[in-house]
Amino acid sequence: MYGLEIAGVIQPADGSTQEPLTVLNVSRRRFLKQTALGAGSVFVLGVFSGCRADNLAAWPDRAEPMGSLEDAGFRPNVFVGLNDAGDVFIVCSRSEMGQGIRSSVPAIIADEMGADWDRCHILQATGHPRFGNQNTDGSRSIRNHFDDWRRAGATAREMLLAAAAQQWETDTESCSMGVHEVTHADGRTLGFGELAVTAATLSAPNAPTFRPRSEWRYIGTDIDGRDNKAFVTGSATFGIDVQVEGMRHAAIMRSPVFGGKVASVDDTAARAVPGVLDVVRLNDHSMPPAFQALGGVAVIAENTWAAFKGRDALQVTWERSPHQDWSTEAQRAAMDAAVQAAGTPVRNEGDVEAAAGQQVVEATYHVAMLPHASMEPPTATAWVRPDGTCEVWAPSQAPQTARGSVAGALGVDPEAVTVHVTFLGGGFGRKSKPDYCIEAALLSKAVGAPVKVTWSREDDLRHDYYHPPSAQYMRAALGEDGKPLSWLHRSSFPPIGSTFANGVSGPGAGDLRSGVSNMPYVIPNVRVETSEAFAHQRIGWLRSVYNIHHGFSVNAFVAELAHAAGADARDYLLDLIGPDRELNDLFPRPPVLDTARLKGVIRRAADEAGWGRTLPEGHGMGIAGHFSFSSYVAHVVDASVEDGAIKVHRVDCAVDCGTAVNLDRIRSQMEGATVFGLTIALKDGIEAVDGRVTTGNFDTYRLLSLAETPDTHVHIMDSELPSGGVGEPGVPPLAPALAGAILQATGRPVRSLPIRLA
Amino acid sequence: MPTYTLTVNGQAHTVEAEPDMPLLWVLRDLIGLTGTKYACGSAYCGACAVHVNGSAQRSCVAAISALDGADVTTIEGLSEDGTHPLQLAWNEVNVPQCGFCQAGQIMHAAAWMKDNPNPTAEEVDQNQSSNLCRCGTYQRIREAILLAAEKGA
Ligand code: FES
Ligand code: FES
Repeated sequence: MYGLEIAGVIQPADGSTQEPLTVLNVSRRRFLKQTALGAGSVFVLGVFSGCRADNLAAWPDRAEPMGSLEDAGFRPNVFVGLNDAGDVFIVCSRSEMGQGIRSSVPAIIADEMGADWDRCHILQATGHPRFGNQNTDGSRSIRNHFDDWRRAGATAREMLLAAAAQQWETDTESCSMGVHEVTHADGRTLGFGELAVTAATLSAPNAPTFRPRSEWRYIGTDIDGRDNKAFVTGSATFGIDVQVEGMRHAAIMRSPVFGGKVASVDDTAARAVPGVLDVVRLNDHSMPPAFQALGGVAVIAENTWAAFKGRDALQVTWERSPHQDWSTEAQRAAMDAAVQAAGTPVRNEGDVEAAAGQQVVEATYHVAMLPHASMEPPTATAWVRPDGTCEVWAPSQAPQTARGSVAGALGVDPEAVTVHVTFLGGGFGRKSKPDYCIEAALLSKAVGAPVKVTWSREDDLRHDYYHPPSAQYMRAALGEDGKPLSWLHRSSFPPIGSTFANGVSGPGAGDLRSGVSNMPYVIPNVRVETSEAFAHQRIGWLRSVYNIHHGFSVNAFVAELAHAAGADARDYLLDLIGPDRELNDLFPRPPVLDTARLKGVIRRAADEAGWGRTLPEGHGMGIAGHFSFSSYVAHVVDASVEDGAIKVHRVDCAVDCGTAVNLDRIRSQMEGATVFGLTIALKDGIEAVDGRVTTGNFDTYRLLSLAETPDTHVHIMDSELPSGGVGEPGVPPLAPALAGAILQATGRPVRSLPIRLA
Repeated sequence: MPTYTLTVNGQAHTVEAEPDMPLLWVLRDLIGLTGTKYACGSAYCGACAVHVNGSAQRSCVAAISALDGADVTTIEGLSEDGTHPLQLAWNEVNVPQCGFCQAGQIMHAAAWMKDNPNPTAEEVDQNQSSNLCRCGTYQRIREAILLAAEKGA
């Protein structure tokens, strides 16, 4: 197993300093001048030292032995290395949680560089600003950094071409890039390994040119999963699998009611559990909670089981919390009341009150509070050494945030903290928050040994950064032609801002942009309002965030309007979206919704599903389309209701994510998003009474099963436009498409998620 | 603390453990085999599936006291080199997303397929639905099991 350790002096990327770097612990081989890429690039100078054999959180790279990065003499930037044996090392700076980024990023770099995929070794970056943005969240990896990685590869390619020209004493025009070799016009070749030493002496080009698409070998194909073998043989190291010499195991009892502070602790029984070593009280968190550790009482033990048992044996009493009387039912009633009254307008065109139509349709939509429930619960291992340095091994979506937060909690400089990123056993937004890393660091400091904190499933479901529960009221007046003359939409939910600031009393204007205030329909009178809602837990972002409830309400309501108008749901939706145009007024900043692309995915999904065909008795078909994270996704769902049970037979999903990098992972993300959306639609929400979350495990938060998974057909639109996100945008349209199918099958609207048919 | 002897992937191990310690934690924390995963601890998800004397068991609820002398196979021991037909099929179909549930999925499937090496799609649904995957790889799991069956699991 190998890891990536970075040492040495880091220079800014502004090109102001070009001295050779100081290298701290590289014991052998040449060490060559590093040059920065052009100003404004995300790359900064960095020097790789050797891979440490004791870095247990590192990545296995297929089953093959891998050279040390010490041997990579040519390192044009922090993402690429090449040694004189021709091994290419590619650093993945984004976290792998199932989206296949450790295949997609290297494929982009390899394509631009001209490297042979099978000779590339993938290394995982630790959390450090030298790697640019590492926050693997917001479906941003490809859509924001595609060109950065192309530049990393293109820099290497141009330097290799220049090196070949130098070795052949010719000009670069006579040299062309082959696969892992440079070819001379006269047919001679030099392999990458033969060029590494010369290339390492050259300056990096300021503005390398990108290869034309016609030269891509990997981008736009089904790129093989680099880590499949590690996953199917059990050798992949997830956060929960980290083992460090002398490590202790910790389980924490946190306040069952959010905001509760420890009143008293009786740890007699806990300490009597065999294997329990210590009991450590953590400081209570302050408000707002932000990324702080939640506090509570930790049991330190020889193994996880003893830690869990010890924790269960703790007798802790808690002070009364301001959230003691919270229940999901009361919260829903409060939001219901809020959306029945006028809210604060964030969009107002025409006069929704004056627009009297033939028919008024109104509906109140609810989506339950939702957990992330990644199969791997939050977990982290930390080792605070006597000299004050700290190493963390964690399944982190945001290792730089983790690094800064751990440093802050320990009161040390971030440079003293190294965060190694393991495989993530699912993330969905939960693992962007570093609270569990802080817990491990504080406990390691307290006991003077490496500590692994493992959250139980109950800990995870009861102390999450939840997707907010919501209520939305919608009303439309339909004209004689059945089209809406007015559209009123009020949305109430405790926003994520409540996790980071006190006194937040409902969504702000920005919180309603995800599909509500910028819904793309042509309607003369529109009013959108925010309504009050208060948080009683930490609220966070969950796969597609507010698009979950907004994509649901907006699309489900359109299906209801079509139904009321006696129109075809697809035609009605396309008609409402109206002519081809970019909605620059509703999207002040890019990405801007392009109605032609939205209609494109809706039509494609409908066509592929055979929209309009005669359905078996009891079946219905529903359709929905949504724009989020720069991508357009439409779902068509074929479902039936028999004896009160919903069965989903087939799902067609069309996605326009611009330039497609990894076709296989786009398909798999859409398949996964379909299952995620069906879980939201058909299973459970988080339930709470007396301030406590009662949902505890997969019996009360059920996941969709294999037998319930419909045949899912994913259709990827051909496009050369800039890449959009893929991880999240597949979630929002699924539930409303299912709602539309149930409406068609039964004549009854679906207004709550999870769906509970009366 | 009592001691127990187990054979894990063909190798004998003697461990000192509390009698109620689940096999899951014996494997992970005492023996150091972390391919078997914890995800629920209560027999709901199958992430911790291993073979005990040839049949699939949820190791998170299997107390070590009842397993003295047992013959245990974990994902690390399913094949020498990752070439069990299910492992190959999983790779071919690109099943894993995050990968966390997949060891349990494969171990569970490998056990029931011993009795039913040529399942229909419906039988796959019946037999494999007890194993949960939050990433939603089910469609590909179904496909990979059928592929492995075709190639002779
Ligand atoms: S961890 Fe054993 S069944 Fe879930
Ligand atoms: S692949 Fe992530 S839980 Fe199954």
